Amino acid sequence: MNFMGYKRPDGKAGIRNKVLILPTCVCSSETCRIVAEQVEGAIYVSNQAGCSEVEQNLKICYDMYSGFAANPNIYATVLIGLGCEGCTPDKMAEEITKKTNKPLEVVVIQDEGGTVNAINKAVKAARKFVQDASLVKKEEIPLSELFIGLECGGSDATSGLAANPVVGKVSDMVVDNGGSAVMSETTEFIGAEHILAKRAATPEIKKQIIGICKSLEEHLANVNQNLRTGQPTPGNKEGGISTIEEKSLGCIYKGGTRPIMEVLDYAQIPTKKGALIMDTPGFDVASVTAMVAGGCQLVIFTTGRGTPTGNVIAPVIKVTGNSKTYAKMSDNIDFDASVVLTGEKTIEQRGEELFEEMLEVANGKVTKAEAFGFNECSMQRICKFI
Amino acid sequence: MYKKALVLKPEDTVATVVEDVKIDDEVKVVKAGEEVLIKALEDIPAYHKIALKDMEKGENVIKYGQIIGAMTQSAKSGNWISHKNIMSLPRNYDDEL
Repeated sequence: MNFMGYKRPDGKAGIRNKVLILPTCVCSSETCRIVAEQVEGAIYVSNQAGCSEVEQNLKICYDMYSGFAANPNIYATVLIGLGCEGCTPDKMAEEITKKTNKPLEVVVIQDEGGTVNAINKAVKAARKFVQDASLVKKEEIPLSELFIGLECGGSDATSGLAANPVVGKVSDMVVDNGGSAVMSETTEFIGAEHILAKRAATPEIKKQIIGICKSLEEHLANVNQNLRTGQPTPGNKEGGISTIEEKSLGCIYKGGTRPIMEVLDYAQIPTKKGALIMDTPGFDVASVTAMVAGGCQLVIFTTGRGTPTGNVIAPVIKVTGNSKTYAKMSDNIDFDASVVLTGEKTIEQRGEELFEEMLEVANGKVTKAEAFGFNECSMQRICKFI
Repeated sequence: MYKKALVLKPEDTVATVVEDVKIDDEVKVVKAGEEVLIKALEDIPAYHKIALKDMEKGENVIKYGQIIGAMTQSAKSGNWISHKNIMSLPRNYDDEL
């Protein structure tokens, strides 16, 4: 089975063909926005940090932003730095070139002599990249090159009964075709980690799955927080989810049933194919961005309450199992899985239909969040700014 | 006319109602292949849980065939089970390793 994609010089294949204007830090973030606004076909992601950080936060910043540049949906990157930030343009460029050999231009605002000169240089580079990108022809790419992210946000009790099992079917189909599917949100493994652990391909992976849950609870306990105070959220409870165990048991359905081949740190690019796990917070946007930094070309996102979340690099397909939410928020939600609850269709049938929808999006169909141009970006943090 | 609720595993002690349920409504579930009727003791919003049996305080609540928490007070068959009467339980990760 194939999809139509854009081959990249690093051997990967994208389903979109964009030029990324990438900030090293908050001080160059607005400049990136202005540059992207000048060039049709260019996009930018914001950066709220990148300076005055502890080592662990800095590492996350390098991993995440270099991962964005390496994402197969990106043709080329214009990296814009300020010049004195902790997250240096040199090191960021080095991290990007470790991950990919795609075209890269670096612009440093202090070296160029201010914002106007930096914008001038960056716009010229971005325009050239956009023209070059337009020459890349779409071609048949085997499904084994597809890497999807699986996410849920604003869950209710229908998520675990309809939307997530339907997405789980898609996950299994992608994996069975040689592709990869990553499920994240460690918070939402808690209470179901013993079931997830049974899918581990090796005893080491089993230990890692239990380990990331234990470590998250300990991390929060160290700042006198009980994870159960914030989870489930008020909206989850109103939607019929009463405990974190109930939420997690519903959540993990979206990851399907195939053996788990690798447990990834936040925003890491996988070394294995198949069903994967990424250690991210239960905060959906910070989780989607991490999976996109890990290389997902596409994200399938389930919701019960209804959320607008999109991503500027990878299209997000929104799925709900709640018919009322689908009717109320149809401008945000792409796919209605509620027919599984009424018995009109089985999980397998609706899963196969969602798989077809996913292929259409891979082939270029614009999702609802994509049509809005949504550009949420949120990064995990370990500790306070210095 | 019965209201519908879903039971996922035979060992489950709660079902999920798939439509709004009013007090005294009869709720039909299929459990382990058998149809069971339960009278709702209170209003229950769509997609929330109804107790399939009488439960004591401290008793584990089972959905998806798994423990989703424990009762913080007793409940009768037909009561609404929600975050107001069940609580999450701590995990013992070391035993799972």
